[in-house]
Amino acid sequence: MAQTLIACHECDLLHRVQPLPEKSNARCRRCGALLYVHFPKTIDRSLALAITGLVLLVIANIYPFLSLESQGTILETTLITGTIILSQEGMVGVAILVLLTSMLIPCLLLGALVYVLWPMKMHRHLPANRRIFRLALTLRPWSMTEVFLLGILVSVVKLAKMATIIPGTALFSFLGLVFVLAAVNTFLVPRTVWEKMDEWR
Amino acid sequence: MAMNRVHAAHTAARSGLLNCHGCSLLVRRPSVADRGHARCPRCGARLHLRKPNSIVRTWALLIAAFIFYIPANLLPVTITTYLGSTQSDTIMSGVIFFMKTGSWGIALIIFVASIVVPIAKLIVLSGLLLSVQRRSRWRPEERTRLYRITELVGRWSMLDVFVVTVMVALVRLGFLTTIEAGSGVVYFAAVVVITMISAMTFDPRLIWDALEKNDESTAH
Repeated sequence: MAQTLIACHECDLLHRVQPLPEKSNARCRRCGALLYVHFPKTIDRSLALAITGLVLLVIANIYPFLSLESQGTILETTLITGTIILSQEGMVGVAILVLLTSMLIPCLLLGALVYVLWPMKMHRHLPANRRIFRLALTLRPWSMTEVFLLGILVSVVKLAKMATIIPGTALFSFLGLVFVLAAVNTFLVPRTVWEKMDEWR
Repeated sequence: MAMNRVHAAHTAARSGLLNCHGCSLLVRRPSVADRGHARCPRCGARLHLRKPNSIVRTWALLIAAFIFYIPANLLPVTITTYLGSTQSDTIMSGVIFFMKTGSWGIALIIFVASIVVPIAKLIVLSGLLLSVQRRSRWRPEERTRLYRITELVGRWSMLDVFVVTVMVALVRLGFLTTIEAGSGVVYFAAVVVITMISAMTFDPRLIWDALEKNDESTAH
């Protein structure tokens, strides 16, 4: 049975859930917070995006990320070079934070979505899927690939006068990942997933 | 509707319901004995009417962030060595560097993300906490919106941490110039993470609870 009441998570006002036209959203009538959205095929789309994201993440880790050319020497870096150097300089905490927010958390988030959504397509569920889906939702704000991308842009501008910077395959793959994660945030409607879980209880 | 909304708002709390923090399921409020142990039947998250100890936790995190904010801005974030001479840069001197070299756009981005956003977050959250503690009835809608924006933009402050990471990766041994990360970046990263968590521990529903006439419906 679908739930007919919903409480605003920002002001606690109760609302009756009403069917929405596609791709529209309902907002709280008291505080204006987003209550729910209606996105068709949310599970299919989120699953497809999550798998794409994981592939892009693998590519982003194999190939060179950025290369720097100066005085005839070329220095290649990968996505995790910065993390390695920071930890060598004794900043292990910052290194871990960067590794988490730019790579591990996006990876965990996408992996968790595949774990929950793929079996759902086949009307099955794997153990602890509810807990894992909840974890994925909690991780969302900590996935900061788009901020990292802006950081790259700023660094490139900063270094442009000093050396030539050559973008690598991994950079384009990472760029793709940023868009995939943004799309996941748009298409994934947790409410629909929870309701699907309830159907096969 | 508009006339009576302030005093007789149909909130979940008033109806004996609570909103699960994990999956937004409306659950009947557990009996007094079960409070604190009860878990959501759908997602398994602990059930709370409001985020637990929201005000105390948020204050504690904010105070920690205020303290870290000082070394984050005074200590260097990058140390550049060129032909034996070293130059230390703080966040602000990095912004000034971009302004001097004519990259106004980049200067503005870093200034907003690294200086304006963290301090604005600290001020806004402190203000919201004070307003909640004083049970203010002043413009709840605007205060909620302010909270929403604060929660949304906080992550962008990580920008400078990422810039330092990319810079140290690109400019190192083998070149005439090397860039090392300075200790300021540790404090700065701490400020960003702590303020993000403090935005998460703050419960915007407390803003609206002050509008309710009787307190008992939302007492913990």
